[in-house]
Amino acid sequence: MKLAYWMYAGPAHIGTLRIATSFKNVHAIMHAPLGDDYFNVMRSMLERERNFTPVTTSIVDRHVLARGSQERVIDNITRKDTEEHPDLIVLTPTCTSSILQEDLGNFVERAQLDAKGDVMLADVNHYRVNELQAADRTLHQIVQYYIEKARKQGNLPEGKTEKPSVNIIGITTLGFHNQHDCTELKRLMADLGIEVNEVIPEGASVLNLKNLPKAWFNLVPYREIGLMAAKYLEQEFGTPYIDITPMGVVETARCIRKIQQVINEQGGDVDYEDFINEQTLHVSQAAWFSRSIDCQNLTGKKAVVFGDSTHAAAMTKILAREMGIHVVWAGTYCKYDADWFREQVGEYCDEVIVSEDHGLIGDAIARVEPSAIFGTQMERHVGKRLDIPCGVIAAPIHIQNFPIGYKPFMGYEGTNQCVDLVYNSFTLGMEDHLLEIFGGHDTKEVITKGISADSDLGWTKEGQAELNKIPGFVRGKVKRNTEKFARERNISKITVEVMYAAKESVGA
Amino acid sequence: MTVAQPEAINFECETGNYHTFCPISCVAWLYQKIEDSFFLVIGTKTCGYFLQNAMGVMIFAEPRYAMAELEEGDISAQLNDYEELKRLCSQIKRDRNPSVIVWIGTCTTEIIKMDLEGLAPKLEAELSIPIVVARANGLDYAFTQGEDTVLAAMAARCPEKAPVMESEKEERNAIAKLLNFGKKKEDVASDEAEYVKHTPLVLFGSLPDPVVTQLTLELKKQGIKVSGWLPAKRFTELPTLEEGYYVAGVNPFLSRTATTLMRRRKCKLIGAPFPIGPDGTRAWIEKICSVLEIEPKGLDEREKQIWASLEDYLQIIRGKSVFFMGDNLLEISLARFLIRCGMTCPEIGIPYMDKRYQAAELALLEKTCAEMGIPIPRIVEKPDNYNQIQRIKDQNIDLVITGMAHANPLEARGINTKWSVEFTFAQIHGFTNARDILELVTRPLRRNNSLKDLGWDKLVREEAKV
Repeated sequence: MKLAYWMYAGPAHIGTLRIATSFKNVHAIMHAPLGDDYFNVMRSMLERERNFTPVTTSIVDRHVLARGSQERVIDNITRKDTEEHPDLIVLTPTCTSSILQEDLGNFVERAQLDAKGDVMLADVNHYRVNELQAADRTLHQIVQYYIEKARKQGNLPEGKTEKPSVNIIGITTLGFHNQHDCTELKRLMADLGIEVNEVIPEGASVLNLKNLPKAWFNLVPYREIGLMAAKYLEQEFGTPYIDITPMGVVETARCIRKIQQVINEQGGDVDYEDFINEQTLHVSQAAWFSRSIDCQNLTGKKAVVFGDSTHAAAMTKILAREMGIHVVWAGTYCKYDADWFREQVGEYCDEVIVSEDHGLIGDAIARVEPSAIFGTQMERHVGKRLDIPCGVIAAPIHIQNFPIGYKPFMGYEGTNQCVDLVYNSFTLGMEDHLLEIFGGHDTKEVITKGISADSDLGWTKEGQAELNKIPGFVRGKVKRNTEKFARERNISKITVEVMYAAKESVGA
Repeated sequence: MTVAQPEAINFECETGNYHTFCPISCVAWLYQKIEDSFFLVIGTKTCGYFLQNAMGVMIFAEPRYAMAELEEGDISAQLNDYEELKRLCSQIKRDRNPSVIVWIGTCTTEIIKMDLEGLAPKLEAELSIPIVVARANGLDYAFTQGEDTVLAAMAARCPEKAPVMESEKEERNAIAKLLNFGKKKEDVASDEAEYVKHTPLVLFGSLPDPVVTQLTLELKKQGIKVSGWLPAKRFTELPTLEEGYYVAGVNPFLSRTATTLMRRRKCKLIGAPFPIGPDGTRAWIEKICSVLEIEPKGLDEREKQIWASLEDYLQIIRGKSVFFMGDNLLEISLARFLIRCGMTCPEIGIPYMDKRYQAAELALLEKTCAEMGIPIPRIVEKPDNYNQIQRIKDQNIDLVITGMAHANPLEARGINTKWSVEFTFAQIHGFTNARDILELVTRPLRRNNSLKDLGWDKLVREEAKV
């Protein structure tokens, strides 16, 4: 047992659901107790999704405990098959079904007999993997399923596309700024004259997965999701993959140079050096920002970085290499991938921290007192407590981290966004600091008084106590309305009763 | 033509495939209500993830709750449950020093049959801190029923005898006198004189403190003294429950607590409609008065006054239809109030329907429908959300009260929705808060009124199904 208040990565089934619901016309059925479908709320709220989230639950209740699921799971699968005609139904195990050890594989086989669409059991173990690992695995599983199916049916397309083309692998629902990154990456590919063969899983149809081998190469922008599928495609078809995250000016260039190499190795003849040069010096503002005096002021300022492997590693490199900021420590909660992370950031920070314990991370922040934090929503909160500004760079995230405006983190526009994020975090901190030194914007006492300030009315002790229970941000309004009410009725002592009578009369 | 017979309420039961919150969510409001408590949820990452996301910003405020996250070794019994729990609870005691630790059992502890009720007394003795066990799991319960399981467990901890004996009373009063320093003797006496003599009454159900004050004052106006409230602000202040005390519920989802109070504590339950809406509040007070043999006074005028103050909101909803998809068990009371407000209601979905505990509320619903001249809603227990959405589309509903999983998709299809969870957290009880209920109910209608000329009703492409 572990005492835990907060977790960075969710449980395994969330990962499977993120993959399943990213595809078009795929339905997930969770084998879970009532209330475990919280994923639907998150997707509907955070992504402001207009469509019903294609996830239903085959409920595990007392009867199931006593007698097993029996026909119930199969009935639920075939019912969903007739109601919505999905191409694929993914039966998703949860922590509960992990312990029940029902033969879900058998249910899937039997349901497949009646279902028109395909049915599959997600192969994830709740107690062994987290959300990100499960997502990686499920994507691999679905890709493999449809490649093998096409192979069996003999309709796997032969050969590559005529022009250089790419599969972008790993864009998912509820991923940090994934939609914007996807747009930016497509734009980048268009600028490079590369056709986008398939983007998976977001918005893709499983029926098109058989086309994956036609691409010249695969691009995996996020370390956490997509690598397994890319490695599978490399092994089956020899398709090379690129796992350099194009985040930050230097890394974007490195990613493009790698693309150039991969294309030329397959008989293409491309040279992207001029493009990189033009973008770096004149289109993206990030390189120029590094030279500007604004950025000079950031030299040697202390920062800490924490997040998933992809974003924490990329951010650490941007801060240290491109802006001359002193990264005291960089960390990740992706413990299972710790070696990669150490290797990536080792030379750009003083210390590497790998932990899933938010308390330890909070202490590590307090210990070094950085000028800015780049982390998740949890670190943002630690920052609030310690009065240190924080830029959010990775999940777990809140609704504010699903902006409607265009905010990629990748590609050349992404470099601009990163500059704003970093610069705004630091200047805000500086402003705060200066205010403190000079004692605030307005050091004179406020002269004008509000209505409630010179009250001729008395509050009884109980009334005052009750008033204090009202949340601070509306207390003033309640007080004013109550006093107005009392004055109109010539009541001189405000009791609890008067207070609530006022509320009833004016809806205060 | 035959005269229409008063039709009986039609209860149905569907597949139980609906969206609701897990009952462990009750820790969110109970830890805030019971100020000296600590809630330990014994479950998996899934439970933790739900709490973390459902409670949003609250999670950052050093909440007095935590997960005891079960690992593979716990599931396969390689680790000793007792030793593990002892380790965690000692840590909690050391770091937070609560007056009570509440263990919330989850689906996992049920399935692996972890004997929490057996372990608690032993550990309680060893650590000398009360440990209350509530099995608020998704196998058995929905959302607000979580509070029911906690309060039912708390009911066993209420003191059996009033703490002061007759002989000590004088002494204690002496101290009280000292504390009342400055307050005239007559004032203290007159406090008591405002009440009619009656058998002690204890109310049960967790409400925000201001609402507790409001309802207490409301009864005080009738001369009724509320001797205690389950739960109180602190665990150490749980009310005395002697055999023969009267108890009354303030929320419709507290049937286990009611049963426990009757069977275990030998209290007498006042079965009344719930004080939600001015009609419900009046009926609640009247029923309590009638049981305590008190003539209620001024209620008619008070109710009228409240209704009059609601008129601007009533104009917005009169004649409109409302559909409850069902997820928090407040549905019957809210529907009854909204029907009285002039709405029609074809369907009330509800997770679980205790016809005995809610009998008075159901009777009031029936009566309200008859008086307003509208058909009685069908009550659908364990609803099926998929079927409900088909019915909502067919029936052209003006307002759907639903969970967040369906709200945005329905809005995108031009259907007004109100998020049902808000009714659980908003202050909706008593005369004073009737306006707050309508504020919530009318908000989508008011908002969409201001957008109505823009032609942005349906914002999804309905793709042709092949």
